[in-house]
Amino acid sequence: MTGQSHNRTSDSPLVAVKDLSVRFDVGRAGFWGGKRLIVHAVEKVSFDIHPGETLGLVGESGSGKSTTGRAVLGRAPVSEGQIFFQGKEISHAGKYQVRELSRDMQLVFQDPYASLNPRMKIIDIVAEPLLVHGVVKNIREAAQEVARLLELVGLPPDAGARYPHAFSGGQRQRVGIARALALKPRFIVADEPVSALDVSIRAQVVNLMQDLQSQFGLSYLFIAHDLAVVRHISHRIAIMYAGNIVELADRDLIYDTPAHPYTRALLSAVPVPDPPVQRARQRITCPGEPPNPLHPPSGCRFQSRCPCATQTCRDAAPVLTHRRSGQMAACWNC
Amino acid sequence: MTASPNIPLLEARDLVVNFYTRGGVVQASRGVSFQVDYGQTLGIVGESGSGKSVAVQAVMGLIFTPGHIEGGDILFKGRSLLDPAGRKFVRQVRGKEIAMIFQDPMTSLNPVFTIGTQITEVLRHHMGMTKDQARHRAMELLDMVDINAPEKRLKQYPHEMSGGMRQRVMIAMALACEPQLIIADEPTTALDVTIQAQILELLADLQQRLNVSVILITHDLGVVAQLCHRVAVMYAGRIVEVGDADQVFASPVHPYTKGLIRATPRLDVVTERMVSIDGVPPDLISPPKGCAFFPRCDQAKKACSRMQALIELGDDRHVSCWCAAKENGR
Repeated sequence: MTGQSHNRTSDSPLVAVKDLSVRFDVGRAGFWGGKRLIVHAVEKVSFDIHPGETLGLVGESGSGKSTTGRAVLGRAPVSEGQIFFQGKEISHAGKYQVRELSRDMQLVFQDPYASLNPRMKIIDIVAEPLLVHGVVKNIREAAQEVARLLELVGLPPDAGARYPHAFSGGQRQRVGIARALALKPRFIVADEPVSALDVSIRAQVVNLMQDLQSQFGLSYLFIAHDLAVVRHISHRIAIMYAGNIVELADRDLIYDTPAHPYTRALLSAVPVPDPPVQRARQRITCPGEPPNPLHPPSGCRFQSRCPCATQTCRDAAPVLTHRRSGQMAACWNC
Repeated sequence: MTASPNIPLLEARDLVVNFYTRGGVVQASRGVSFQVDYGQTLGIVGESGSGKSVAVQAVMGLIFTPGHIEGGDILFKGRSLLDPAGRKFVRQVRGKEIAMIFQDPMTSLNPVFTIGTQITEVLRHHMGMTKDQARHRAMELLDMVDINAPEKRLKQYPHEMSGGMRQRVMIAMALACEPQLIIADEPTTALDVTIQAQILELLADLQQRLNVSVILITHDLGVVAQLCHRVAVMYAGRIVEVGDADQVFASPVHPYTKGLIRATPRLDVVTERMVSIDGVPPDLISPPKGCAFFPRCDQAKKACSRMQALIELGDDRHVSCWCAAKENGR
């Protein structure tokens, strides 16, 4: 089951993920040994991303959204399933292949404070990928290219000579984006790129990412927990819960006609910044907390918190199936 | 509640807090005034570095060197909390009548003591309870914040609980001494949305049931919309607009408030482009002389280079802006 909507079946996807599972072995249960403990971070996740498209990947902490993004980039071990980039399988790419692939696929990190080396000047940070991949021979040659990249992301031309501490969070995130763009990639995984930023700055970075997308035809996997921001930047949205994609649909379908009970609960939990509207909203309660990834429940993983769970939900895990054109959900009852 | 209805429960007047750092004097709070009435929820919103946390830390006496409270006063039921003569009164008030809930439940609980020890400590210290009484009361409190099997939970350590559960424990501790005012500093920022919704509902429910006043510090306008009666918007160490939450959201006056509301993406509204506020907040070591929002404001004029005090617009609404002053004929 792939996650493509009907209207895009004609062109081939840039990235295709099929039944991806990522599990981490975290040691034995007791001091003297015993059963091995396996964290089921991602289970049977499938989706496509087309050229020039943004797929929003939304979920709460621990839902496996970042792990999925890292697995696509070859930075997390793939336990099962396949990942294709431009039709070529890259699921078990080795160190050198991952480095070659990083010309085409790049990562923008969440925390612009931790992801820039405080001892490197901005010019060195942005030029590093160019040097590593032999695009330029030395930093002097890179200067012109770095200046172009800094201008592209809206930083002043003299920024290159300064260190990260001289910049605010929003500007640092621009540096992170400039670095990701240095090798002219086609695909960028943005792992919560605006979560650490203030509201007034957040919009600046989101708009920049949209401008760059239309300018270069980039594809994004936009990982976030903020449903309101995701609505602005994404073409399609996948909702993750406890390692599964529970719903995958065109942007507006997720918000207007959410199918999965978890999507509905998630949407109703986000407060709207308008007091009369917020008072009138009905919250769909889902008591409790996400399951322990060491011991996921049988059947559907949302079953323990779902308001409409039945015996079927406890017995077997549902798979993503079509609900209407452009919308898929993994649920027995919706 | 014996105080006369005219005196607010808590009032901050022209609070000035400076931090003496190596880089210079950071003017974190530059004359902040607000008040909270009985049974009311006041939301203080602002971006990081706007001084919202510093303002309430001053109330709780949590400003430590290099920070100093250098001006203004804080009155609880009309009595000063900053007056050195009233030390004993202050000790009774802080922690007992004013309780605080911190942002990060992972770090604000002590990892080496059980939940039970930490809750009963408060009760024995402030309420003079015996060990048994305190334990009994602690179970009641955990029950009040919807933690099931409280007896078992009392014996657990913070690391055995999830983030949402820990925040519930923090709320239980804050409620322990039946406070009249709870200060919640970004209580749900570290939590996931579905858990945030649970905690906000709990806070709203407790606020109504126990009739406590709440000061809620947040950067999320949605949280304010859900919980607060009144809202104060802070920018660069000053309150720029304060008023009834419904009114401020429906018809913001200050350009920063307007910008903030426009820039906050909404689930129920689709726009092709997000609205941003250009520029960055000012450096509080050398804040601009006049209105701090002046460099980013699209309605800026000459007068804005002079400081504007909060002016009243009626209905207990105040705004600090020259443009609004002019529209009001002042």
